[in-house]
Amino acid sequence: MEWISYLPSLGRGALVTASITLAAIALGGAAAFVAGIARVEGGRIVATLALCYTELFRGTSLLVQLFWFYYALPLVGISFEPVTTGIVVLALHVGAYGSEIVRGALASVAQQQHEAARALNFGRMQTLLHITLPQALVEMMPAFGNLAIETLKLSSLVSLISIADLTFRAQSIRNLTLDSTTVYTLTLLGYFLMSLVLMGLMRLLERLVRRGAAFPRAAHS
Amino acid sequence: MYGFEWDTATPLTYAWSILPIILIGLTVTLKAAAAGFSIALVLGLVFALLRRSRVKAIAWTTSVVVEFLRDTPLLVQLFFLYYVLPDYGLTLPAFLTGAIALGLQYSAYTSEVYRGGIEAVPRGQWEAATALNLSRTDVYRDIVVPQIVPRILPAMGNYLVAMLKETPVLSVITILEMMGLANMIGERTFDYLVPLTMVGVIFLLLTLVCSAGLHWLQRALPKAGIPLQ
Repeated sequence: MEWISYLPSLGRGALVTASITLAAIALGGAAAFVAGIARVEGGRIVATLALCYTELFRGTSLLVQLFWFYYALPLVGISFEPVTTGIVVLALHVGAYGSEIVRGALASVAQQQHEAARALNFGRMQTLLHITLPQALVEMMPAFGNLAIETLKLSSLVSLISIADLTFRAQSIRNLTLDSTTVYTLTLLGYFLMSLVLMGLMRLLERLVRRGAAFPRAAHS
Repeated sequence: MYGFEWDTATPLTYAWSILPIILIGLTVTLKAAAAGFSIALVLGLVFALLRRSRVKAIAWTTSVVVEFLRDTPLLVQLFFLYYVLPDYGLTLPAFLTGAIALGLQYSAYTSEVYRGGIEAVPRGQWEAATALNLSRTDVYRDIVVPQIVPRILPAMGNYLVAMLKETPVLSVITILEMMGLANMIGERTFDYLVPLTMVGVIFLLLTLVCSAGLHWLQRALPKAGIPLQ
């Protein structure tokens, strides 16, 4: 029954994993909207900058990014706490993927909606906030749900920059007890459970967005 | 390292002197992705077919396994295979363990792609096959698989690129792929900036080339009369 003795430590790690994941989802979501909207609505310079950000963070591996910010950047005099580095890099990484979701959903809003908004003398900001974004938001939610799970899974990589998350705790216990089977089974189950909870939360959020959308019918078209 | 000396006089000479080492790592990265993706392609098809089994228990169990593989981190699955299997007498080379871990994780994704492809085969074809008295094996081998393979190419290609970018994780089980080597060089020279940046740039170039190829495929296939997923 020594598996019970692993639980407090693994639980503390799970709490760190959950906090980092939620923080990265929130920050990454913000980055996704900024970059996604910039790609569609920004002028040429802003859109190009957003494109560079997206390609840079989608095109290089997350672990390379983490190590780059953790090991390489301090050499030129810029350094943060490991937790800050972990959250920010994870957020920028998933934000780049998210910006593609935002861009795609905004681009999929029917052209007539833009024309109607112009006919009603809506400004660009008004059109975005009141017409296109509410419709696009509904379209984005399923993809954002998948991205949230992806964020949780990728958060395990922060253990490699010495953050004591669930994976890190599992490694420490294993190195101490050599009880690999129990420790890693518990860890996998822990991540699976957190995924299920996160999935439930994202479904809930999706339903809220759907109900709040100005045009519920557009969601199904 | 590997018979190459590094020259840290200036960043440029440093980069030039470690390029051969990084390129050796690149071949390991590419091999790992190729091996992992081969496993994912086969295993994903097996999962997709098992999920359609008429025996409810098999279909249900497969769904749970696939969901579990999809919802848990590659890193932990990798540790599981690397540390747990030897406890049961199965000691595999690190490279093989890494390829299996990549393959397992991505088989969850590829099975989903196969499933979508199979479901897109029109009902009429299944009925025609039944009318012709073909066995289920015949239907899958001669009718379903040949039709869906070209259609699912772009979706599969996306996952191949995604897998390529996850190969640095294999460095934690001592596989010296590109990033593992870059890190090692960094440890010895105390300069991580140049090697890690080089790895980032190489990944960026690889993914840009691959996306361009996929983009082309996505336009070329419909022109050849093959509908995409």
